[in-house]
Amino acid sequence: MTAPIEIRSAPHVQGAKTVETIMRHVVYSLLPICAFYVFQYGISALASLVVVTAACLLTERFFVRTGTQAGRLSDYSAVITGLLLALTLPPGFPLWMGAVAGLVAIALGKALFGGIGFNVFNPALVGRAFVQAAFPTAIATYTPSFLTGRFTEFIPSSLAWPLMIPADAAAWLKVKNLDALAGATPLAKWKFDGVVANAVDLLTSLSGHMAVGPAPLLILLCGAYLALRRFMDWRIPLAIIGSAALTAWLLFAFDPARYPNPFFMLFSGGLILGAVYMATDMATSPVTPKGMWVYGALIGLLTVVIRYYSGLPEGVMYAILIANAASPLIEKITQPVPFGRSVLNRRKRATYPLNPGYISREEAGAVTPKKRFLPKKPKK
Amino acid sequence: MKLLSYFRGEAFQRGVHPPSCKLTADRKIRRLPFPPKVTVPLSQHIGKAPRPIVRVGQEVVRGQPIARSDEWLSVPHHAPLSGVVEFIGLRPGMRGTWIESIVIRAHPGATQEDLWGRPRDLSQATGQDILQAIWDTGMVGLGGAAFPTHAKLSVPKQAKVHTLVVNGCECEPYLTCDHRVMVEQSDDLIAGIRYAMRATGAERAIIGIEDNKPDARSVLRDAIARAGTLPEGEIFAELVPTKYPQGAEKMLIMALFGTEMPAGGLPIALGMVVSNVGTLAALGKLLPAGQGLTERVVTVTGSGVARPGDYRVILGTPLKFVLDYAGVPAVHALDARQVILGGPMMGQAIGSLDVPITKGVSGVLVFRREDMQVRETRQTYPCIKCGECVESCPMGLNPSTLGMLAAKREYELMGERYFLGDCFECGCCTYVCPSNIPLVQQFRVAKQILREKAA
Ligand code: SF4
Ligand code: SF4
Repeated sequence: MTAPIEIRSAPHVQGAKTVETIMRHVVYSLLPICAFYVFQYGISALASLVVVTAACLLTERFFVRTGTQAGRLSDYSAVITGLLLALTLPPGFPLWMGAVAGLVAIALGKALFGGIGFNVFNPALVGRAFVQAAFPTAIATYTPSFLTGRFTEFIPSSLAWPLMIPADAAAWLKVKNLDALAGATPLAKWKFDGVVANAVDLLTSLSGHMAVGPAPLLILLCGAYLALRRFMDWRIPLAIIGSAALTAWLLFAFDPARYPNPFFMLFSGGLILGAVYMATDMATSPVTPKGMWVYGALIGLLTVVIRYYSGLPEGVMYAILIANAASPLIEKITQPVPFGRSVLNRRKRATYPLNPGYISREEAGAVTPKKRFLPKKPKK
Repeated sequence: MKLLSYFRGEAFQRGVHPPSCKLTADRKIRRLPFPPKVTVPLSQHIGKAPRPIVRVGQEVVRGQPIARSDEWLSVPHHAPLSGVVEFIGLRPGMRGTWIESIVIRAHPGATQEDLWGRPRDLSQATGQDILQAIWDTGMVGLGGAAFPTHAKLSVPKQAKVHTLVVNGCECEPYLTCDHRVMVEQSDDLIAGIRYAMRATGAERAIIGIEDNKPDARSVLRDAIARAGTLPEGEIFAELVPTKYPQGAEKMLIMALFGTEMPAGGLPIALGMVVSNVGTLAALGKLLPAGQGLTERVVTVTGSGVARPGDYRVILGTPLKFVLDYAGVPAVHALDARQVILGGPMMGQAIGSLDVPITKGVSGVLVFRREDMQVRETRQTYPCIKCGECVESCPMGLNPSTLGMLAAKREYELMGERYFLGDCFECGCCTYVCPSNIPLVQQFRVAKQILREKAA
């Protein structure tokens, strides 16, 4: 018999999910969000999405080619980083700064650690943190959504030359006869002016004159798609939203004059985007189910605390980065209890011998809460 | 979707749902013809191999003992057909090693009836008698583990068994032999269960059947009703949700009773004994006839098989003969690329078709190249920490961390801190891993190394 039968060890079948399919579906789910973002802000937003993603892809290609990092280009993870990064930047962010953000995101956020799976921090947030430190003015400059002419005209700051001071958005807005303050994000408005935006505006991002980011409702919808198809873990977003809402509600109940309502907390700024797409980044979140709850709860808590008590209007980014750093520790203390170990430990404490002979069903059942089946007489 | 499993009340929280591919579930068991020659490996079960008690050139009749041992964890072998002992010595075995075997050439024209049996009445026999009778049949667990049945059914003095759990789950994809046995040999199965209950002293038997085989349950309920009220106690047939690896004892007990078996313990610690339906059905047939185990039901299926089905196969039949009969032209035309003994999740891929069917072989799967879900052609990534493996491990381990430690060769740490020893190599983690990391393969290596270090 010369047939070259192949031998390998069990299992001989494999599930359908691969890294590529997961990443591809994340990209698919991001597309509607990006489309709506472009609808809100016009060609500037489109250019920003394209440039940042291209910068990420080129950087990834460089590091994969030179063998510095694992993975390959076709795994789509760099596309995700690029799109997410672009969504967190203001639409009129100078394109060259966007490119720098993309480069830093992949180089310092990913390649430095060895590529896909090894990174400790979410690359998109590393990129965003870098540009926030490097270009603080540009990143705080939002333009209102739904400007007329947004599809024919770039926001002037987008096209700023590298290393030049970008055009003054406030002045440009004045020329356009718009209230300059309308360009502030709802969070900044609340933080610095004490104005709380109304719910419908926040949820749908459909109001003009308000610089809200990507639409939270749409993000939740796309996230639900991912969670239902099991391309994302549902625990983390749920934990974040739950813990942020709880913390905000406690403070609101304590002093409604000083603190905005929890609804505003949840749907303003990047909390939803962060909860659904950033914090759920697999490589930087714990693998254990219990760990995911802890991790999510930590992010929710930190976000609210940073928003209230720091000088920054936005807190999600730092909350997630801190939780990323804590994730190995969280994982360590939330290791799953192996099957049969909890019983065993309880037995040990009760100084049972391992094989105590007859254990009644009740006794055996007493160590686990649920008894699922009690046989009935078969019907004759 | 794990979220749903909480609401659906699944039996145990983890595990996987591989596509079941039970192509042969509706076909009757057919008998495979007698091969011209059989090879009986002496080591077919867990435990010591018995010694041959025949000489080369000696004539044997079907059913006659040809190897025997007094070791507790060892069972006799019986001649699978009437013929002449042609050779006693090393022959290739399943795992690529050579195994001491007895080769018997069939008498041309022999009727090949079971000639050796002594029918007997076991209605008054004590548990000890029945255990001895089971030992004499050479019965081992036909589910795949091949643990000697008499040892499994014997209860230590200080322990007491109240329930016999009969494993009718057959959670591996493709395999249907237990399913067919339940449907076609229900009365044998009930008889076998009664013997096992007498041997163990259990006052109740529960047949756990996965809910993708409801027909098996209705057939068994009829058979139970036919048997009427039994002196041994009551027999129940119950459905459990379909999931891999439900067929593992611990998972089945969890599914039926919601009771977690202590790690490192045996079902007997909970007053239970678990046995597989194929084993008990065979016992129900062999014991009253006083015969030995000479054949078993094997599922032959897969994309490379022209006539898939469940076949009653003489032990020792060369695999090549089985495949020829079941219509595997591909083996010769070189486009069958994978032959697996057992199921696709835990079965053994083999490299030579000269190996015989043994007591522990529940299935023969042949895949053509284009249908194989070839893992190697998939890109392997580093662990992306998706947590899929953690959620699928039925033992509640953390395969992700274990895999990373294995890559760093931290085998001791794996054993001490991360419960490597609890892994029963079901392969769920490898099945789900999107990064295509050979997790269970790494764990097998790690366990082997730890064993060697301990020795
Ligand atoms: S092979 Fe081991 S580690 Fe992997 S899922 Fe099965 S029991 Fe868990
Ligand atoms: S399934 Fe694979 S990639 Fe996912 S956590 Fe486990 S080992 Fe890592």
